[in-house]
Amino acid sequence: MTRMTRALALAGAMMVAGSAYAQPVKLGALTITSPWVRPTPPGAPSAAGYLNIVNHGSVTDRLVGATTPDAASVQVHEMSMTSNGVMKMRPVPGGLAIPPGKTVALAPGGYHLMIIGPTQEFKAGESVPVTLIFKHAGKVAVSFPVANGPAKPAGAMGAMPGMTMGAMPGKAPAKP
Amino acid sequence: MNRRIFMGAGVVAAAALVGVGEYLMISRTEPPTPLTGGVGGAFRLIDDNGKPFTNRDLLGKPAMIYFGYTFCPEVCPTTLTHMSAWLHALGPEAGKLRAVFVTIDPARDTAVKMKEYLSGFDPNIIGLTGTPAEIATIARDYKVYYKKVPIPGGSYTMDHSSFIYLMTAKGDLAGLIDYGEPDTKAMAAIRRLLRS
Ligand SMILES: [Cu+2]
Repeated sequence: MTRMTRALALAGAMMVAGSAYAQPVKLGALTITSPWVRPTPPGAPSAAGYLNIVNHGSVTDRLVGATTPDAASVQVHEMSMTSNGVMKMRPVPGGLAIPPGKTVALAPGGYHLMIIGPTQEFKAGESVPVTLIFKHAGKVAVSFPVANGPAKPAGAMGAMPGMTMGAMPGKAPAKP
Repeated sequence: MNRRIFMGAGVVAAAALVGVGEYLMISRTEPPTPLTGGVGGAFRLIDDNGKPFTNRDLLGKPAMIYFGYTFCPEVCPTTLTHMSAWLHALGPEAGKLRAVFVTIDPARDTAVKMKEYLSGFDPNIIGLTGTPAEIATIARDYKVYYKKVPIPGGSYTMDHSSFIYLMTAKGDLAGLIDYGEPDTKAMAAIRRLLRS
């Protein structure tokens, strides 16, 4: 691939996102939906993974970590932007709380799985196997599609979900 | 609409620097009017081919300059993806604009690393790196805040300013593009810069 077509592939990959609809994954009182990993530029030393976690139970659980054979390590991070435009990224101390009756989103502009040292480039259309580790519910394997946004149910149209700050506005350039 | 923002001028990564805690107040107008002074200065870095690149190499064409790092999983690749899309949308006019990605993490972002990483983006984007002292100099002069923050496992992240600087062909600051700025607004600012 040339540099330009690569750039277009990165910018335009979101248009093909949504071809596969990941089934919700259940683990005890938790349901995991909409996992996705952002495509990585060549040689990128990190990647970001996103998902939603629903807690149907009556006690708070915690996402304390994750592992994948496709990277050196995974941490739970929070990204934030100060009012004067400084981007910060920090590990979430003690893990990310998943309160009962709530859905916690790991999404652009907020929490993410910080995938450190990918063993290869993550390309749109592939998937990354991740084992999520919860304090109470234990471990669960989830396949994270590589895409520029979460997959949608077949036939779903309209705006990309999770279009918070940090997500790609839907302005992918047309291919020449 | 006239917004005022404060840009952190305290470059705390290098203890030798003076001016920590100093703030530059930039008045932003829409459309942006050229702002005088305060940003920019002499620097000596290397590009992603390992060749010298100085402040003089920025002159003669307007430029958009972004400071970031390759270990950044979200904000930096998103910004570079947008910059690539804007350059593509400019078509032949893209040649009249310089696009620059300056690392604020020179310990990890060597010229070789920058070249590999930027191969995923528009070929017009020039990667710049240097010694920690050289990066500290350009960051200070552009009022870019950056700070190394250790994370478990022996690695680290970088807090950093996330603006894109729009600079005139003469090296004056013409405006800023915020992170997450809609493409239409960003493109309007870039087209105004090209006409300036
Ligand atoms: Cu992170």
